[in-house]
Amino acid sequence: MDLFLQQLVNGLSLGALYALIAVGYTVVYGIVQLINFAHGEIFMVGAFGAYTTWMLMGAPASLSVGIALGVVLPAMLLGGIVTSVTVALLMERLAYRPLRSAPRLAPLISAIGISIALQEAVRLFYGRIPGFPDSRRAIPFPVIEGITGRTVQFGGLTIQYSALFTLGALAVCTVLLWWFVNKTRMGRAMQATSQDADTSRLMGINVDRAIATAFAVGAALAAVAGLAHGLRYNNIDPLMGFLSGLKAFTAAVLGGIGNINGAVVGGLTLGVVEAMATTFIPGQFGSSAWKDVWAFVLLILVLVFRPQGLLGAKVVDRA
Amino acid sequence: MLEVKDLVVAYGRVQAVKGISFTVEQGQIVSLLGTNGAGKTTTLRTISGLLKPVSGEIWFEGERLDGVPAHQIVTRGIAHSPEGRRLFPRMSVEDNLLLGAFTRRDAAGVRQDLDRVYGLFTVLGERRNQAAGLFSGGEQQMLAIGRAMMSRPRLLMLDEPSMGLSPIMTQTIMRTIADLQAEGTTILLVEQNAQAALQLSDRGYVLEVGAITFSDTGAALLEDDRVKRTYLGVDL
Ligand SMILES: Nc1ncnc2c1ncn2[C@@H]1O[C@H](COP(=O)(O)OP(=O)(O)OP(=O)(O)O)[C@@H](O)[C@H]1O
Ligand SMILES: [Mg+2]
Repeated sequence: MDLFLQQLVNGLSLGALYALIAVGYTVVYGIVQLINFAHGEIFMVGAFGAYTTWMLMGAPASLSVGIALGVVLPAMLLGGIVTSVTVALLMERLAYRPLRSAPRLAPLISAIGISIALQEAVRLFYGRIPGFPDSRRAIPFPVIEGITGRTVQFGGLTIQYSALFTLGALAVCTVLLWWFVNKTRMGRAMQATSQDADTSRLMGINVDRAIATAFAVGAALAAVAGLAHGLRYNNIDPLMGFLSGLKAFTAAVLGGIGNINGAVVGGLTLGVVEAMATTFIPGQFGSSAWKDVWAFVLLILVLVFRPQGLLGAKVVDRA
Repeated sequence: MLEVKDLVVAYGRVQAVKGISFTVEQGQIVSLLGTNGAGKTTTLRTISGLLKPVSGEIWFEGERLDGVPAHQIVTRGIAHSPEGRRLFPRMSVEDNLLLGAFTRRDAAGVRQDLDRVYGLFTVLGERRNQAAGLFSGGEQQMLAIGRAMMSRPRLLMLDEPSMGLSPIMTQTIMRTIADLQAEGTTILLVEQNAQAALQLSDRGYVLEVGAITFSDTGAALLEDDRVKRTYLGVDL
């Protein structure tokens, strides 16, 4: 029972990471019916943006907990968000907007191209910046005093501080996002655009801006995930966006693509399934090498038996 | 108030509107008549900025309108109730109406106009929190018109507002249009129900395969043999 609860906690915190990324797939799909396959790379550049911010601050180490959590971590978060949002907006403007009325295959291919370009650009050039580490290998993520390596014991469970950070970040982001989509003018504009873009224009909505905002919102959450990933695994690398992106996309489809709540539920479910599979499936099939297999088996089962996803696609107005 | 000059609009290489010119004077109701595919919807969508003309000019209140992005047209004072209603189906009646007032900042005035629409179409008021997609075709048409009124337009363009409506509801809509005119709103009307439209209209233009073939006052067109034969279904 303790093992079950422990794996539940582990699964939820892993799932929270997926969920933060999954929201970006879902928000963009909701508004332009495009699977942004470069979104995993937006998550990756967010992590690198956070790391770069830390380097630009002089790679501060051995700080007091107060400075680490009150100054360094928020600065890294901000740096990551600015990086991800900037890259996502450029990508939308240069690679997707010109293809908006093209056949669906065109933006898809564009997305794959962007994805590879971003991976390789970071892999080959990031380490060339004087004083920066070789980015062709995984880069150790900064130690944040007060989080890195810390755990809390709770009723027989061991919980990493980084896991609490991820879960807390997901909670905050979900509430902020709900407020943004439902209570702001821009949120309403995004919902309207997702239902009927031309008619939204007749209402006076700047549809291009609503779409760019969807990309920006998804990118901001991906950057939060990038930082959370660094804290959890203690390293980042240029290819980290591939598998995480694929998992998060799975989570988005699992929950019902286009549905924000679905992305959150799908992410958490996927994380828990992976954690449980590695613990409770006996023999080699329960090894960590197989956990990705179980994640995608789950996806296939959902697509076969409940193709609209757990919560149904397009409920929160696809945005 | 509105002046369209030599307007040409094409879909790819096919011209749907082939150099039409017409004017709508302040305070008038003007009808565009024409058989299916004549180019009426294309004309309205071009005025709204959803389509870019190949050539020609559109002037509104002394300002050039063609080239203005679609989302800025409504702030110029033009509202467009599109063909086929085009509601936001998963949003409530009230949210649809509020989107019609998206560019307005005067909350009190918006509130007033909401009540006015609910007064006009009582079914909308009674079910204001239900999703628009759940309503009948006729009820949706009322909502589409109400939504277009919510921006307090000086020019209201209605594309087939009586489509799918019962005769009694069509009468209500036509009366509403007359009331709006009485309040000072100018109206550009596209209607299949030529009889009802021409009775209200100060002027009518007849559009055939992308060109205006003739125009006259509403009353005169009602008596015109060509109009009677083609649009009023009178066997002469
Ligand atoms: N999106 C489009 N792509 C290509 N051709 C189009 C498109 N929309 C309309 N057309 C063509 O342009 C012409 C004019 O169409 P339009 O919709 O303006 O006619 P209409 O007068 O509104 O007809 P109706 O009374 O049936 O609504 C038609 O020949 C139509 O087939
Ligand atoms: Mg039409």
